[in-house]
Amino acid sequence: MTTTEAVTKYRPTLGWLVYDTIAVAKRHIIKITRVPETLFFALIQPVIFVLLFAFVFGGAINLGDSGGAGAYREYLIPGIFAQTVIFAVASITVGITEDANRGIMDRFRSLPMRPGAVLGGHTLASLFQNILVIIILSITGLFVGWRIRSSVADALLGYLLLATFAYAMTWFGAWIGLHMPSPEVAGTAGFAWVFPLTFASNVFTPIATMPSWLQPIALWNPVSCLALACRKLFGNPIPFPGNSFPERHAVPMAFAYALVLLAVFAPLAVRAFKTRNVGGLKA
Amino acid sequence: MTLAIEVSGLQKNFGEVQALRGIDFTVEQGTVVGLLGPNGSGKTTIVRILATLLKADAGNAKVAGIDVGTSPDQVRTMIGLTGQYAAVDEYLTGRENLQLFGQLFHLSKKQAAHRADELLSRFDLTDAADRGIKGYSGGMRRRLDLAASLIGHPSVLFLDEPTTGLDPRSRLGMWDVIESLVAQGTTVLLTTQYLEEADQLASRSVVLDHGSVIAQGTSDELKSQVGGDRVEVVVELPTQLAQAQSALSPIASGELNVNVDERKVIVPTSGGSRSVIEAVRLLDDAQISIADIALRRPTLDDVFLSLTGRSAEEVQVLEVNAKQRSRRGARA
Repeated sequence: MTTTEAVTKYRPTLGWLVYDTIAVAKRHIIKITRVPETLFFALIQPVIFVLLFAFVFGGAINLGDSGGAGAYREYLIPGIFAQTVIFAVASITVGITEDANRGIMDRFRSLPMRPGAVLGGHTLASLFQNILVIIILSITGLFVGWRIRSSVADALLGYLLLATFAYAMTWFGAWIGLHMPSPEVAGTAGFAWVFPLTFASNVFTPIATMPSWLQPIALWNPVSCLALACRKLFGNPIPFPGNSFPERHAVPMAFAYALVLLAVFAPLAVRAFKTRNVGGLKA
Repeated sequence: MTLAIEVSGLQKNFGEVQALRGIDFTVEQGTVVGLLGPNGSGKTTIVRILATLLKADAGNAKVAGIDVGTSPDQVRTMIGLTGQYAAVDEYLTGRENLQLFGQLFHLSKKQAAHRADELLSRFDLTDAADRGIKGYSGGMRRRLDLAASLIGHPSVLFLDEPTTGLDPRSRLGMWDVIESLVAQGTTVLLTTQYLEEADQLASRSVVLDHGSVIAQGTSDELKSQVGGDRVEVVVELPTQLAQAQSALSPIASGELNVNVDERKVIVPTSGGSRSVIEAVRLLDDAQISIADIALRRPTLDDVFLSLTGRSAEEVQVLEVNAKQRSRRGARA
């Protein structure tokens, strides 16, 4: 066939991975701007939690010596950050399952692009969305009385931790999405387990006020580590300070949890992407 | 002669279901071959293996001389795929979709934009280029989908049921497009349930049933396997159907088929137009009133009927029932 265009042949380089990833990320960022409702509803949920706990439940929650309504709001916001970051999982599962069932994933897989780039681009766009949510949530926090009381370096490390954790969660979400038969199921699977995980943690209430059998679970819960690490890094109240391992090393542990999630689920998700059959099971 | 597709001994199982039981066929460069068969016969599985989306359990498959199992990346630079679903992004415009796929095909930004324009005008989508896909009709989506699969100037194009679900006008439009592609030298492997479609587009057909090739050849070769022409008789009274069948047996060159719903007897015959006269006489003698009588060339439907003893439609109904049963079983 004669053609004036030189089709670039396949080259397995890191350069292509970056190029392809950015091309796919752009697709999803365009989608966020075309359907701003997605971002709106991603925002409204954490904002509602802030308002609900700051003004409705907050007064009833025992912070021990750190007491006072203002203190609870400062305690609450890093918790909401942590919860939001865990919810980052739901920001991607439905989209991934939709792509898989609509056949566009087959198109990607039949192109001479890098297989990691499809998920890489999708997770990158999802990270972008989650960073926007964290920024708007920070502003909401400032309105209800939350303040950063640490150094600039610590605060930046706090935001870096949140971004890293959110990114790891999007890969986990991508992996879930690739195993779901339909977007409807993916919608539930993406976040049904998030509620027990975030409530059995120090996100809303100090662990010391929980029954003793639940305390060790809540203590080692990655969400608790993340919330505690944020409180440390942003200089917010830490009621009933303890001396257990996860309490002493909350920051490195939160980073470790994120990196382990990433190291496990990124390769698993890429593998699932390469082998996924359309509709999951079509013969 | 160069072979664009070579498939030998291809096998694939999904759990306990044997989707492919040793498939062999070849496609010459620059021709259209139809993969024909009911749902579940293995058409899509073959295409998915050839398009590097699925790994075969056994056997060999080469596209443009390259082994799909060992060098899938190289195969991907040579092929285009249009599946049963319009594989385009709902939220992007037509132009954005084509540019995205162009970039992912590793064209430069400029080349991708140029190629997108070229394809949009060729597929009559220029006016809709900057509208979101959501507002496209089914036919427009399929055209865009086909355009997307042509981004990289593929030498082999896989069309998996390209016209399923399209209205008749869009289907004819799609046929025109496919014919013009072939005229330019593209090799096409086409799957379809519409025997008429294979008849129209494909120079050769491979007929599949239950994961095996049951026949292959040109449409004429397949039809001659079935024998000469068909006399179709529709009787007035359903009660006379069996009577008509036995009355017509003297002129039959093969097994007669009866379609109860349509009150129709289909008689294979080698007597040409004389057999129609003969049929009228025989039926008149037996005092059977005729609602309609016609002589026609065999269709691929007749091919399927004579090869499997079932019509393509019947098989589909059976397959769907079996699938629903097995799914229910799997869930229980």
